Amino acid sequence: MSQHYPALLVIVPLLSALLISIVGWLNKRFCFPIAVAALSVSLYSSVGLLLRVMDEKVILYFLGGWDPPWGIAYSVDHLSALVLVVVSVVALLNLIATQKSVEQEFSEKIGAFYTLYLLLITGLLGIVVTGDAFNLYVLLEITALTGYGLIAMGEDRAPLASLNYVYMGTIGACFYLLGIGYLYISTGSLNMTNISSILPGLYDSKVVLAAFIICIVGVFLKMAFFPLHAWLPNAYTYAPSAVSSLVAPLMTKVMIYVMIRLMLTVFTPAFTFSNLALSNSVVWLAVIAISMGAVLALGARDMKKMLCYVVIAEVGYMVGGAWLGNRAGMTGAILHIANDALMTLCVFLAVGNIVYKVRGYAFEDLKGMFRKMPYTMTGLVAGALSMIGVPPTCGFFSKWYLISGGIQAGQYGFVAALVFSSLINAVLFFRIIEIGYYEPFGADHGHGSSPVRMAEAPLTMVVPLLIVAGGLVMMGVYTGDIITHIIEPIIPPAIGN
Amino acid sequence: MPDLITSIVDYYNYLIYVILMMIGLYAMIAKKNLVKKIVGMNIFQTAIILFYVSIGAKKGATIPIIQHGHGEGAHEIVPSVIEAAEYINPLPHVLMLTAIVVAVATLGVALALAIKVYNRYETLEEDEILAQIRET
Amino acid sequence: METIISIKPLIAVLVSICAVPLLILSKRSNIRETWTFVAAGAKFLIIISMLPAILNGNQIVYTLAEVVPGAAIKFRVDPLGMLFALVASSLWILTSAYSIGYMRKLKEHSQTRYFCFFALALSATIGVAFAANLLTLYLFYEMLSLATYPLVTHHQDKEGRASGRKYLTYILGTSIGLLLPAMIISYNVAGTLEFANQGFLAGTCSKGLVTMLLVFFIFGFAKAAIMPFHGWLPAAMVAPTPVSALLHAVAVVKVGVFSIVRVLTGVFGIELLSTLDLGLVICVAASFTIIVASLIALTQDNLKRLLAFSTIGQLSYIVLGVGLLSPKGMTGGILHIAMHAFGKITLFFCAGAIFVATGKRNISEMVGIGKRMPLTMAAFFIASLSIIGLPPTGGFWSKWYLVLGSLEAHQIAVLVVLLTSSLLNAAYFMPVVYKAFFCTPEESMFEDKVQEAPAFCLVPLMITAFVTVMFFFYPQPFFRLATMVVKGITGG
Repeated sequence: MSQHYPALLVIVPLLSALLISIVGWLNKRFCFPIAVAALSVSLYSSVGLLLRVMDEKVILYFLGGWDPPWGIAYSVDHLSALVLVVVSVVALLNLIATQKSVEQEFSEKIGAFYTLYLLLITGLLGIVVTGDAFNLYVLLEITALTGYGLIAMGEDRAPLASLNYVYMGTIGACFYLLGIGYLYISTGSLNMTNISSILPGLYDSKVVLAAFIICIVGVFLKMAFFPLHAWLPNAYTYAPSAVSSLVAPLMTKVMIYVMIRLMLTVFTPAFTFSNLALSNSVVWLAVIAISMGAVLALGARDMKKMLCYVVIAEVGYMVGGAWLGNRAGMTGAILHIANDALMTLCVFLAVGNIVYKVRGYAFEDLKGMFRKMPYTMTGLVAGALSMIGVPPTCGFFSKWYLISGGIQAGQYGFVAALVFSSLINAVLFFRIIEIGYYEPFGADHGHGSSPVRMAEAPLTMVVPLLIVAGGLVMMGVYTGDIITHIIEPIIPPAIGN
Repeated sequence: MPDLITSIVDYYNYLIYVILMMIGLYAMIAKKNLVKKIVGMNIFQTAIILFYVSIGAKKGATIPIIQHGHGEGAHEIVPSVIEAAEYINPLPHVLMLTAIVVAVATLGVALALAIKVYNRYETLEEDEILAQIRET
Repeated sequence: METIISIKPLIAVLVSICAVPLLILSKRSNIRETWTFVAAGAKFLIIISMLPAILNGNQIVYTLAEVVPGAAIKFRVDPLGMLFALVASSLWILTSAYSIGYMRKLKEHSQTRYFCFFALALSATIGVAFAANLLTLYLFYEMLSLATYPLVTHHQDKEGRASGRKYLTYILGTSIGLLLPAMIISYNVAGTLEFANQGFLAGTCSKGLVTMLLVFFIFGFAKAAIMPFHGWLPAAMVAPTPVSALLHAVAVVKVGVFSIVRVLTGVFGIELLSTLDLGLVICVAASFTIIVASLIALTQDNLKRLLAFSTIGQLSYIVLGVGLLSPKGMTGGILHIAMHAFGKITLFFCAGAIFVATGKRNISEMVGIGKRMPLTMAAFFIASLSIIGLPPTGGFWSKWYLVLGSLEAHQIAVLVVLLTSSLLNAAYFMPVVYKAFFCTPEESMFEDKVQEAPAFCLVPLMITAFVTVMFFFYPQPFFRLATMVVKGITGG
C-alpha cells in the first residue's frame, strides 16, 4: 500500500469530494466526517512519503504504469514531501477548526462547501506531487477554479473580488501554459526531469529564455508578487473566514513551490542564475514587494486586509530569498514556505475565531478581547511574534537565513527591507494587541475587577489554534533538524556558497 | 524588408495568436462590461489553444490515425514502418482538449460569478458597481 | 579549569516557567503567593548550588538544541553569569515579599497575571545570565522584553498605553533594527556565535566593520539605557513600584549592561578593542550618559523619575568600567552590577513604601516624612550613600575600583567624570534626605506619629539596606567572582 501513497493522497480527496457532493444532498451531517477522513488519509500518506523520501531521495510513481515521457509521472523529492506535509497539516487543522464557522455562515451549503474544499486540496496536493509540466497546469486550474468558487461564497463584495481574481488568475495560468508550450517546442517533452536533461544543450536559445520568463511571470501572477498582487487583498478579505484561513496559508506558498521547482529542477540553477540582470531585478522587485506590503498594511483599516498585505510582504521574502542565488537564501525561502504557512494559518484562525464570536473583523471589534477570548488572543500573539521574528518561534529562523543570504549575496537592500518589515510587523501587531489589551478604558483606571466576562470560541476552534501556536515554537526549536535532514538535500551543490 | 516579410509569412501562426491574445487582454482591461471582460478572457485562452494546435501542424501531413480498415485490401493499408513526418503531432491536440475543458469551466465559473454580482448590484457595468460600493 | 556538564542551568531557567501554570490555577491568592516564593526559593537554591563549582574555577555547560547549524541554544555558567544570576535571584525573593505588601495594600487588579509575567521575566533574566552564545542571549533578551510589557502596562490606562508604546519602540526597535543585523553579520563573518575569552571576532574583519558592529551592539542593547536610547526608562516608571524596583533597577537594565559586558568581552575581546582604540567610543558614550543623566535627575520632582535617571547614569558606570579596558576598571564595573542592584532596589522599595503609606509621589510633598517613616528614610539614606559611593556601603568598593581603573588606564577625563558624577549624585539625593528629616514642625507635611508601610514592604527594604552596608565589610562572593571574570579575560 505504501508505494501508492503518491496516488492515494490525490485520489482519496478527489473521490471523497464527489462522495460529499452526493451525500451532502441527502444528509448534511455526514459531510464533515468524510472530509476529515479523506484529509487524514492524505496527511498519513504525506508523512509516510516524507519519511520514505528521507531514505530514498526521490520516489517516482508512474500513473497507470506508463513510463515517462509518454505517461504522467509523479515524482516526490524532499521539497515535495515537505510541502505535502505542510499542505496536509494546514488543510486538516483548518477543516477541524472552521467546522463551527462553516455551520454558522452557510448551513445550507455545507455539502457544496466541503466538496470544493476537498477539490482545492486535491489540486494543491497534485501540484506538489506531479512531475509533469502540463499536468501541473491542469491541477493549477483545478485549484484556481475551486478557489474562485470558495472565495465567492463570502459576503456581498466577495463575488466581485472573486471575479477580479478570475481574470488575473486565468492570465497567470495561461502564461504558464504558454511557457510550457515554448518548452515543448524546444525539447519535445513535458516531463520535468526529461526537460531538465534535454535543456542544457539549449541554454543559449532565446526560446528557452522566453519560456522561462513567461512561466515565471505566470507563477508570479498566481502568487501575488508585486506588482501583480492587486487581486489578493480583496479576494482574501471578503472570502468567508473558513476560506481565508485555508487559501491564505496555502495558495501562495504552493505557487512559491512551483517557482522553486521551475528554478531548481526544470531549468537547473546553472541556467536560472546565469542571467544576473534577471536575478537582480527580481530581488529588487522583492524588496519593493516587502516594503509596499508593509506600508500598505499600516494603512489597512481592518484586520483581514492588514493580514493580506502582510501575506504579500511574506511572498516578497520567499521570492527574494530564492533569487539571491546562494544556499542560505534558498534555505531561507524553502524554510519560510513551511514557517509562513503555519504562521499565516495561526493568525487567520485567530481572526476566524474572533469573527465567529463578534461577527466582524474591524479593529474596533477587538476591544477587550484579551478578557473575552484569552486563548484565541494567545494564539494571535504567538502568530504575531512569529511574524515579527522573535525567537524561538519559527519566523525568526527563516529571517535568520534570509538575512544571512542577503548579506552573503551583497544584497543589502533586501536585508534592509527584511529588518524594516520586521519593525513594521511589530507596529502592526502591537497596534491590534493594544486594542485588545487596553480598551475599553475602565473608569476606575484598572483598579477594580473588570465586568467583562470570558466568551471564548468553542473548543474545536481554540484547540487547533493552540496546536498551531505550539507548532510555531516547535518548528523554531527543531529548525536545525529540519534544515539538515530535509532542506539541505534539496539545494543542488551548483548553487554558490 | 524582405527578411521581415519572410519571417512574418513563416511564423504567421505565432503572429495570429499574439494578436488574438492582445485583443483578449485589451477587452479584459479596457471594457467596462463584466460580460465583455469575460469574453475577452475567453479569447485570451483561445489564443493559447490556437498556438498549441498550430505548432503540431506539419507540411503535407495527414491526420494522425493509423488505418485498420475492414473489407478487401485491408491488410495492405497497415504500414510496417510509421513515419512521424507523415502524421501531424497529436499530442498538442490532446493537451488542448484538456485546456478547452478548463477554459469552458472557467467561463462557466466567471459567468456564475457575474450573475451573483448582477443580483447584488443590479448592473453589469464596472463603473456603476464601483460607484455603488463607494456609496456604502 | 574543567567543564562540567549539568542540567542545572536549564532547570534554573525553567523553574519559574513551570511555576506559571501553578500560579494560574491557584484558587486562593495565598496559595498563589506561596508558589511564587517556592519558585523564587528554588531558583535561588539551584543557583547557589552551582556557586562552589564556579568559585573553584570551573564552568558548567548544557546544550539544549542546535537550532541553526553552528549555533545552539546553550547554557554556560561562568563567574560573570553567576554574579548576575545571584543578584537577580536573591532579589526576586525579596521583591516577591514586597509585591505582596504593595499589591494587596493598593488592591491592584490582575495580580495573577502580574505574578505570572514576573516569573517569566525572571526566567528570561537567568537565561540571559547563563547564555553561552549570542543566539541564546538574543532569545532570552527578546523574551524579557515581551514578558515585561504586561508588567509595565499593568494599569491598562491611557498612560500605560503610551508608556508601553515607548517601551516597545525603544526596546524592540533597537533589538530588531540593530541587534539582529549585527548578530547575523557577526555569524556570517566569524562562523560562530560562542562567547570566547578573547572574543570571537578577533582577526576576522576590518576595523570599519568592527566599529560598526560595536556601535550596533552598544546601542542595540537599549535596555542598558545608553543615551540617546534611554527614553523608555523614565516612561516605564508608570509601572507598579515592585516592577520598577526589580525590573528597572535590577533585572531588565542589568540584562542590558550585562549583555554589553558579555559582548565586549566575549564577542569583541579586550585585545581587539584596545588594538583598535575602540575603548574610546565606549567611554565617550558612557560618560555622556552619566553626566547628562545626573544633570536631568537634579531637575526631577517625581521620586521615581529621579531614581530612573539616577539608574540611567549608574548603568553607564558599568559600561564605562569595561570600556576602560583595564583590569581594575573592569572589576569595578562588574562589581557595580551587584552593588548598584542592592542599593537601587532599596531606593525603589522606599519610594513604593512611601506611596503605599502616604500616597505621595513627589519629593516636594515629602517634607518631614522622616518623622513619620524613620526606618524607611534611614534605609533610603544608606542606599543613597551606596549610590554616591561613600563608605560604609558596598557602593564604595565599586567606585573605588573604577577610580583606580581610570588611573590605571591613564584616562584622567574619565576620573573627572566619575568624581563630578558622584558630586551630582550627592546633589540630588541629599536634599531628599535632608528635607525628610531636618525640617521645622511647621514645614512638615505629616503628623508626628510613626506610621510605616506594611511589614511585607518594610522588611525587604530593611534587609537590602542592611546587605548594602554588609557589602562594605564583606563584599563576597561578588568581589571574588568579579576578579575571576577579569582574570579569565585578561589571562592573569
